[in-house]
Amino acid sequence: MTAPFPFSAIVAQEEMKLAMILTAIDPTIGGVLVFGDRGTGKSTAVRALAALLPPITVVQGCPVNSARTADVPDWATATTTLTEVPTPVIDLPLGASEDRVTGALDIERALARGEKAFQAGLLARANRGYLYIDEVNLLEDHIVDLLLDVAQSGVNVVERDGLSVRHAARFVLVGSGNPEEGELRPQLLDRFGLSVDVASPRDIDTRIEVIRRRDDYENDTTAFMLRWQAEDAAIRDRILTARTALKDLTTSEADLRDVAALCLALGSDGLRGELTLLKAARAYAAWLDDTALTRSHIRATATMALRHRLRRDPLDEAGSGARVGRILAETLG
Amino acid sequence: MADVATPDPWGNALLALRLLAIDPGLGGLCIRARSGPVRDALPLPEAVRLHPAMGDDALFGGLDLTATLAAGRVVQRGGLLDRDGPLLLSMAERCARDMAAKLALHLDGTRRALILLDEGTEDQAPPATLTERLAFHVDLTDVAMAVAVVPPPAPLPTVANITTAPGRIAQIVAATEAFGIDSARAPTFALRAARAHAALMGRAAVTDDDISVACALTLAHRATRIPAPPEPEVEEQPDDAPPPDQDGADDNTTPENDSLQIPDELLLEAVRALIPDDLLARLAAQKARSGKGDGTGAARLGNRRGRPLPSRAGRLQDGARIDIAATLRTAAPWQTIRRAETGRIGLHIRTGDIQIRRFAETSDRVLIFAVDASGSAALARLAEAKGAVEILLTQAYARRDHVALIAFRGTDAETLLPPTRSLVQTKRRLAALPGGGGTPLAAGLDAALALGVQAKRRGMTPTLCLLTDGRANIARDGQPDRARAATDAQAAARLIRASGMDALVIDTGNRPSDALRQLASTLAAPYLPMPRADAARLSQAVGAALVP
Repeated sequence: MTAPFPFSAIVAQEEMKLAMILTAIDPTIGGVLVFGDRGTGKSTAVRALAALLPPITVVQGCPVNSARTADVPDWATATTTLTEVPTPVIDLPLGASEDRVTGALDIERALARGEKAFQAGLLARANRGYLYIDEVNLLEDHIVDLLLDVAQSGVNVVERDGLSVRHAARFVLVGSGNPEEGELRPQLLDRFGLSVDVASPRDIDTRIEVIRRRDDYENDTTAFMLRWQAEDAAIRDRILTARTALKDLTTSEADLRDVAALCLALGSDGLRGELTLLKAARAYAAWLDDTALTRSHIRATATMALRHRLRRDPLDEAGSGARVGRILAETLG
Repeated sequence: MADVATPDPWGNALLALRLLAIDPGLGGLCIRARSGPVRDALPLPEAVRLHPAMGDDALFGGLDLTATLAAGRVVQRGGLLDRDGPLLLSMAERCARDMAAKLALHLDGTRRALILLDEGTEDQAPPATLTERLAFHVDLTDVAMAVAVVPPPAPLPTVANITTAPGRIAQIVAATEAFGIDSARAPTFALRAARAHAALMGRAAVTDDDISVACALTLAHRATRIPAPPEPEVEEQPDDAPPPDQDGADDNTTPENDSLQIPDELLLEAVRALIPDDLLARLAAQKARSGKGDGTGAARLGNRRGRPLPSRAGRLQDGARIDIAATLRTAAPWQTIRRAETGRIGLHIRTGDIQIRRFAETSDRVLIFAVDASGSAALARLAEAKGAVEILLTQAYARRDHVALIAFRGTDAETLLPPTRSLVQTKRRLAALPGGGGTPLAAGLDAALALGVQAKRRGMTPTLCLLTDGRANIARDGQPDRARAATDAQAAARLIRASGMDALVIDTGNRPSDALRQLASTLAAPYLPMPRADAARLSQAVGAALVP
């Protein structure tokens, strides 16, 4: 694997970049779904995300990245030293078997020593980090069910032959896909906090810049990475600052009212829309280094937080994004 | 080298293979050709051969159970993808979407070349997920044996140290824009190909000739529109000098090296020369099928028939079939533990080990709408028919049916949309459907039959939904002749019935028509006279008639 294309070097696609940054500022927003045509930089952006995430402190050797020694599950053997590691971004390949996702019997120990031991799966490795699914709409149904269950409870349970294991599995889902290849089940859609649609830039200079940077990257990856490292670091620092600022951010009664009115007008299912929109707007305010939440923050994040929560009208050509925009203008003026 | 002004698929294929050998970063090559001497003559590189039915075990490797049990420790077996060299996927049109996605992920990570052998006929094509990641596409269908001569191999130059003038990227991007190509991969490939071509020609810098050859090879098959000849360069660069009359002659342009002399029009000309004549006709089909390996049809899970899928844990209920090998494999690691627990020797299989076989079945329904857009169907009627089809589409969406759209007017029928699940597309095509002209009913039925047969071959169950006023007045050969038109329509209807396709006839005329009632009985189809069809009533009727 070569070094992924740096995040800051991605040309245009501002909405997608912003969504990724917001979810890095506040992971409880719940991940990003990127839908778009081929060749628009979806996968590139997601793979670049890892470099933006601040490192986390974990117990060394813990299979589920526990923060404290007390949290290490009893089936795991870990040291007691704490260490700093990059936030895990785990790829969930489409063909992954159930065993590999949830974890299963450690075959080596079972065969060689006749021991019943648990070998952690991808969900364990993604705990406190990101789980990335490329072509998420092609994921097999039974894996989707499994993910829904775990994503909701934050706990992964494996029960088999007296092998009874549970461990924390709180992760942020990041998915990308091409809408032409199939729809996503609404239940899974709902698990994503933000959703963005990407398209190719329509402006010729932007496109030239895209090709130029890609070409530079492919010709001399090391030099290119070196050139953009500082920019990536700047974004990472800003994310860290925003995380701190988030705690002191004030939210007024009027903002809550705006958010509720908007979701009501859109008829989005459930309350998850409101919560996500509020979190996203707050993260956005923190990113801009503002001290209070205002209507402008809500307006800027409403589309990405709500677009995928509307009842789908299969004949609506403009797409849900436009619908959110229209109602946004009506409700908030 | 290949003269780009004339379409020369064989020369292009050879050139593409050479360029690919020089720079594997070009992704690869999709070769559309039936298996035969022409394809066999291609000097394909030594490659790891894959086929669409390969499972994940074979591709990615996995636990080698036999060796593991024998050795008492875990033995991993490497997959085909772990081997070095380019990949070669035969029968690529049958590649399913999930496998395509996995391969694409692999290609993205490793930058190795992939060669697709596409044996598809008509509208079958390899999944767009893969073709998108390959720089080249050549169609060898019409290449004669005599042309397929392979030149002696020559040593390959390296692509390093080829300089590219800054304006070249702009040139390429302008060309991709003109052909309506959205993906950012296309111009990237064009640039790389130009560089590889310059290396092949022994040049130190990319020239106009390299650019036009590269663009022709990498852009032609991606084009979604053909630029109107005079317009593009008027916008881009208002230079008054008429472009020189020689088109892309390589020797003349070589000395100019770094200067950007190539007029955009010539560049476009080079690409345009390679665009097949029926591009526009094929675009509709391509749009609708993009993304699916459409040799595969639509998949449905079953446990009896179809392509085998990975087995999964389950219980032995009605109709479930146990996968013995997979069950044993699941149970194997536990044997030592279970023996120790129970103290009993022999094979220990428990309920939780049982693996059930699964198969991908392909039998989705496709609703073929044949809509009469003739003058006699009048504009108001046509609008009503459109409304009805739209409501039906919404229902079809709910049932996950595929829909296809055929319109007949003037002298001929036209397939506006091959079977698709994309409602947005269907709606767009429908809205753009013009009205007027004669009623070539027979042609419409023939087109519907052809589409139905095709759909059936892909494992779908076609149902015809015919909306017309039945006043056929154009015979099969396009001549206006009322009597012959009626007999032709009857003949076409008999063919449809013989093919076993279900049908439904909706009379959109002002008064119920006897001729159409007869046609419906020939089709063995329910006949629904809808003198004043309003869309909602029509859809209720269709919904009721379609319930099995």
